[in-house]
Order: sequence, then C-alpha cells, then structure tokens
Amino acid sequence: MTVTASSLGAAHYARALGGIVGREVLRFVHQRERFLSALVRPLLWLFVFAAGFRAALGIAITPPYETYIPYEVYIAPGLVGMIQLFNGMQSSLSMVYDREMGSMRMLLVSPLPRWFLLTAKLLAGTAVSILQVYAFLAIAWIYGVQAPPLGYVTLLPALVVSGLMLGALGMLLSSAIRQLENFAGVMNFVIFPTFFLSTALYPLWKMQEAGELLYTICAVNPFSQAVELIRHALYMKLNAEALGWTVLALAVFLGGAIYGYNPARGFLARRGAGAE
Amino acid sequence: MTAPALSVESLSYAYGRGAFALQDVSLAVEAGSFTALLGPNGAGKTTLFALITRLFESTSGTIRIGGVDLRADPTRALARMGVVFQQPTLDLDLTVRQNLLYFAALHGLPRRTAQARALEALERMGMAERIDETVRRLNGGHRRRVELARALLHEPALLVLDEPTVGLDVPARRAIVEHVHDLCRERGIAVLWATHLIDEIAPDDRVVVIHRGRIRAAGPVGDVNRDAGAETLTDSFNRLIAKEAA
Repeated sequence: MTVTASSLGAAHYARALGGIVGREVLRFVHQRERFLSALVRPLLWLFVFAAGFRAALGIAITPPYETYIPYEVYIAPGLVGMIQLFNGMQSSLSMVYDREMGSMRMLLVSPLPRWFLLTAKLLAGTAVSILQVYAFLAIAWIYGVQAPPLGYVTLLPALVVSGLMLGALGMLLSSAIRQLENFAGVMNFVIFPTFFLSTALYPLWKMQEAGELLYTICAVNPFSQAVELIRHALYMKLNAEALGWTVLALAVFLGGAIYGYNPARGFLARRGAGAE
Repeated sequence: MTAPALSVESLSYAYGRGAFALQDVSLAVEAGSFTALLGPNGAGKTTLFALITRLFESTSGTIRIGGVDLRADPTRALARMGVVFQQPTLDLDLTVRQNLLYFAALHGLPRRTAQARALEALERMGMAERIDETVRRLNGGHRRRVELARALLHEPALLVLDEPTVGLDVPARRAIVEHVHDLCRERGIAVLWATHLIDEIAPDDRVVVIHRGRIRAAGPVGDVNRDAGAETLTDSFNRLIAKEAA
C-alpha cells in the first residue's frame, strides 16, 4: 500500500493541524510546573495586588460595566490578557532555545506550506492559552469575581483572536531576535511595557489624567485592544473597534513572522551557522 | 533512466555577506546507495544539510529530490525525504508512540496506517516494547533509534542524516550504522550520511569528501583511494585535506 502524503490534500492539512494542536496540549498537560506558574501569576495579581488596590482605586462606570465595580472585577479581563501574553511569548520564544529549535526544524521540514505550519503552531499555542484562561476564570469565580454565565461562552471567540495575535507577536520576535540569553530580557523589554502601558490595570480615562503621552501609548497598544475585546466579550458585548484593531495587529504580526521564517531570508541560516 | 534520489547541482551558499560556506557543490545519491558525506568539523556539512532539508534556501544551484525541484515544489520534494537531525528533536515528555504519531500526522498519514507503521518501524529497531515509555526514560542510543524509525514512517525514498551518531557510545553507534546500511541493501533506500568519522563508512559505500565548502573527491571508496594514491580511506582523507592546507 502506498499512501503518498501530497495526494491527500485537505485531509493532510486537517491531520497535520490535529497533530500539531494535539502535541501542544499533550506537552502542556505533561508540564505541570508550566501550568501552575501560568495560574499562579495572574492569581497573585488578583488576590494580592487587586485586593490591595481596591481601596486606593475607584473605578467609575465605564463600558461594558453598568454599575460600579470592585477593582478585582475590572482587572480580571486584563489578567486573562496577561495569561495569553505570557503564553504567546513563552511558546514562541522557547523556540530560541536549542531543544525547541530542534522540534521547530522537524516541523518546518514537513511537506506542507510554511505559512500553514506557522499558523497551525499559533493555533496550538492559543488552544493551550485558552485552557489556562478558563482554569484561571474558574478560580476567580470561586473567589467571587463573576461575569454573567453566558459571558464565558461569548468570551471564547475573543480569546481565539487575542491569543492568535499575541502568539503571532511572540513568533515575530522569535524570528527577529538573533540570540536570547534568557527570558528576563523579554520580560523587561516586551512583556512589562506591553502589560503596564495598557488598559489591563486601569481604564484609559485614568491614564489620561496621568498624562497625554501615556494615554496615547495605552490607546494604540494592541494589547489594550485585545484586553478590551476580552472585557466586552466577557459581558456578552462586541467591541467592534477593538476587534478590528486586534485583527489588524494579528495580520501584521503574522505576516511579519511568515516573512521572518521564509527560508530564502535565512533567519534559520544564521542560527544554523552556530551548529556548524 | 530514473532520476537519482537526490541530486545537487552547482550549489553555493554564503551566510550574510560572509565567505562562502559552500561553493559550487554537486553530488548525486542513487537509490539503494549509502553515500557518506565526509568532512572535518566546519567543512560545510551542516550547511549543505540545511539546504537539502530547506531550512534555508540558496539562490544559486539546484537541489532535486527524486527529480522534483526543491525550490519549485518543496512540499512534494520534502514528502519523499526522511530526516535525522544532528540535534535531538524528540519531545522528551511525550511517549515514543505520541512522538511517532505526531510526525505521521505532519505527513498526512491516516491514524490507522500511522499506528501500524509505527509499530513495524519500532520492531525493526528492536524498540517495539518501549512504545509507551516517555522518551526521557530512553538512553541516547535508543532515542536515536526512535528518530530513525520516525524518519521512515512515511516510507521515503531518500534518508538524510546529519552526524547521527554524535554523543553515542561505541555499541550504539555501531548498531545505528549497521542498521542504516541494512536499510539501503534491503529496501533500496538512498542514504546521505554526514559524518567526520571514517570508521562509519563501509568499503562498498560511496563517499563524498567535503572540505572548506568544496567537494574534494567523490565516488566509491575504492576509486577515491585510487585517485588519491592511498591504501585506506583514512590516508586518502588526510591527503585530500592536507593538499588544501599546503
């Protein structure tokens, strides 16, 4: 019996996508520390930071909220975004390390177009981030931070878009950064600015009080758009503007990543040179 | 006449604006032949390997796999090739089976076919009873065997291996070398085996000597020795390298 892969067409793509997502989820399940740290980080923010700031920060009524809300409720969607931000950086930047680089090579020599392989890898990372998000939201629910039950359903498509966008950002960075000594550099120069200069912790108008420049940066930060998309979806509302900007950022980052991993451009060549 | 399993013609490559890592490299690997790509460290083996597996692309020269141009139709070309990289590429936390099925999915094999072939390939390597163990529990030699089994799941006509015995002890090394030779003889697979270790090459193999990015000699071991005026491949190799240094 000869089954040649290239003759199978759509079935081949479907199987490959299933394989890539399945592998990522299996790896995630096996790496309990990764799961735990993905949960502990936002929970610390929720239990400690938000609780402490509750008294200091009053949040006026701001969409999508219809009443005054405690600070924990405001910050929860931002922490959901934070989970996806970390996951997107980690899953892509782990490629920079040799061991993951090996499996990236394995992926790239499979007989499928590169754009498909990279997109499938992003989807796989997004699937993992969504598992983390729902685990976090479940604990937050028990803690008393609760959104309307249906909101947890309408949240899902928003998480797919925001997860893809943040994963694509990580993938783009991994193709552009030649060498990375450790994760700390990314923390300082990408994750922290992205997170703090956004609407994750404070609403935009609060930022405007602090200064026009800060306000502008927060407003154009794609991460803000993703957080607002998540925030509205959790309350069964569609923020079309946030969706538009998030999709645009996704398109730009993904396009850049596909370009970055183009074999003719030789990103892998530079890295491969180290092995020779 | 059928096209060779692998043909490389006039291939050159430079990293950035640096010196050429490969210059005007041509070689062919026929079905059923074991061809050793022999060169010291830094000769350009890994670069050539990365070009053949399309991790990166050169604008000068052509690479054909079973007659299919790698640049024009990469998916069809890559589907015919099995690869074992120098660095380990297995997921340590997953089982042997999960690793193999993941790879089979990338090649579009239906699950049932994949299951059957995974078992068959592992049996051939004497690894069938380890199928549900996590890779982390296997030693280096056994991991290599799993990688070899994996590279054969889609029944490629060409198998390329980049220094696959690096880091293995002597018995494990010998087992892998013998096994790949058997694959050539029994299944007619074409093999390109990059190495800097002469004792991995059998007397009836073909050898391509590469040094500083250029091919220095190519052909059956006997012919290469005769042309170099040497008794053994070790002597030939030393002379070919020394000639350059002089």
